[in-house]
Amino acid sequence: MSEHQGAAVSHGVDPARIARRGSAAGQSWVARLLPSDPLGWLVLAFIVAALFSALIYAPTEATMGDVQRIFYFHVPSAWVGFLSFGIVFVASIQWLRTKRPWWDALAASAAEVGVMFTTVALVTGSIWAKPTWGTWWDWDPRLTTTLILWLVYVSYAMLRSMVENPAKRASLAAVVGILGFIDVPVVFMSIRWWRTIHPVVISGAGMDLDPSMVTTLMICLTTFTLLQLHILRLRLHLELQRDDARRLRDLILED
Amino acid sequence: MNSYLNKVLAIVGKDVTSELRSREVISSMFVFALLVIVIFNFAFELRVENKEAVAPGVLWVAIIFAGMLGLNRSFINEKDRGCMEGLLLCPVDRSAIYMGKLAGNLIFMLAMEAIILPVFAAFFNLPMFTPRLLLIVLLGTVGFVAVGTLFSAVAVHTRAQEIMLPILLLPVTVPVLVAAVKATGDLLSSTPPTTEGPWLGVLVGFDVIFFTAAFLTFEYVFQE
Repeated sequence: MSEHQGAAVSHGVDPARIARRGSAAGQSWVARLLPSDPLGWLVLAFIVAALFSALIYAPTEATMGDVQRIFYFHVPSAWVGFLSFGIVFVASIQWLRTKRPWWDALAASAAEVGVMFTTVALVTGSIWAKPTWGTWWDWDPRLTTTLILWLVYVSYAMLRSMVENPAKRASLAAVVGILGFIDVPVVFMSIRWWRTIHPVVISGAGMDLDPSMVTTLMICLTTFTLLQLHILRLRLHLELQRDDARRLRDLILED
Repeated sequence: MNSYLNKVLAIVGKDVTSELRSREVISSMFVFALLVIVIFNFAFELRVENKEAVAPGVLWVAIIFAGMLGLNRSFINEKDRGCMEGLLLCPVDRSAIYMGKLAGNLIFMLAMEAIILPVFAAFFNLPMFTPRLLLIVLLGTVGFVAVGTLFSAVAVHTRAQEIMLPILLLPVTVPVLVAAVKATGDLLSSTPPTTEGPWLGVLVGFDVIFFTAAFLTFEYVFQE
């Protein structure tokens, strides 16, 4: 056994990482639902505060009514989605420069987390748009750019699932991760010109926010950013464990 | 520099020679583009009144879908015939391979467009051969091929190969499609818009940005 562990370490498998997962196995399902680290508890506290401020503390919007409250979760999801794709971009460049697997695992995790939050942003946006604009969707620059961005990173995830060799997969994904992110400002500008030359049927006119609404939005932005960091950390941990599992399996098959 | 150009030309020459002998890429691209135009005719009922509204879109969808077909063959042909290793073992920089492949794909697509544009002009009774329209077609094609060549090399390393290329390429090339369709539309419209859109600028910008990005990242596609 110790011989195997020695071999595992030499192959880049971290025994401490495996041991950490093992400790959670014997817990009841209630205990497993609760956060296992300080960041998790902080996120939980912020979620409670965000729910309170968005649903109770913030005043009801005069014209839109309660449906406006979705804004406090919509804007932070979109922000966190874009932030995640920025992380994919940086991690992709770092992988190509350093070839450290950690960067690739980070890029893969951030892409998934980003797709998830962008999906939330698109869905909440549609739910808000139907009663407010009278339509589920409008091809406005922000919506369209977000949708294209979502498609780019869904294709990024598909690409990852279609390559076996880990180093190969990392490099191919990094190339797509870099070009996809460069595309964001170009898509945004081209769609904006496309729409401004056409008559604009529906415009998301700027709304004047009450100070308590701004406070609520800030709390929600902080909450979502912390939540994203937390999920990203867990997802990254899982990705690294998968790598370990794969290396261990190869090791055993070799023997 | 001169020797670099020679290396690029050698790769282009190889692709062009192989295409001249088999004639499979350009002819299949042309037939496919033609089919797209014919199918759109049934789908949209391209009658005389609304042709200017739909013609630019039909033209660019035909070009992009047909181009996808050709781009897919670009690296799959190398792989199927066991030439990939040979290509990679050539004593040339990876960027020279990219340049060569890019130029080859560009030549094939321009050849396809040279046949499809007159056919299109005849079907729609539209003036397709103004210098400005040819410039738009050239700029749009360059941008599409610049990203397409890189993603074709990416897709060939995946399990799905042919399926992967459109999925990767279409979202990223949205700006090319928007700008090219708008520029073509403004040009073909019987009532030209009073203010000229920035579409040529978008096309040039896209071409420069994505050619540079693809040129710089291409070498990583072939690293183990």
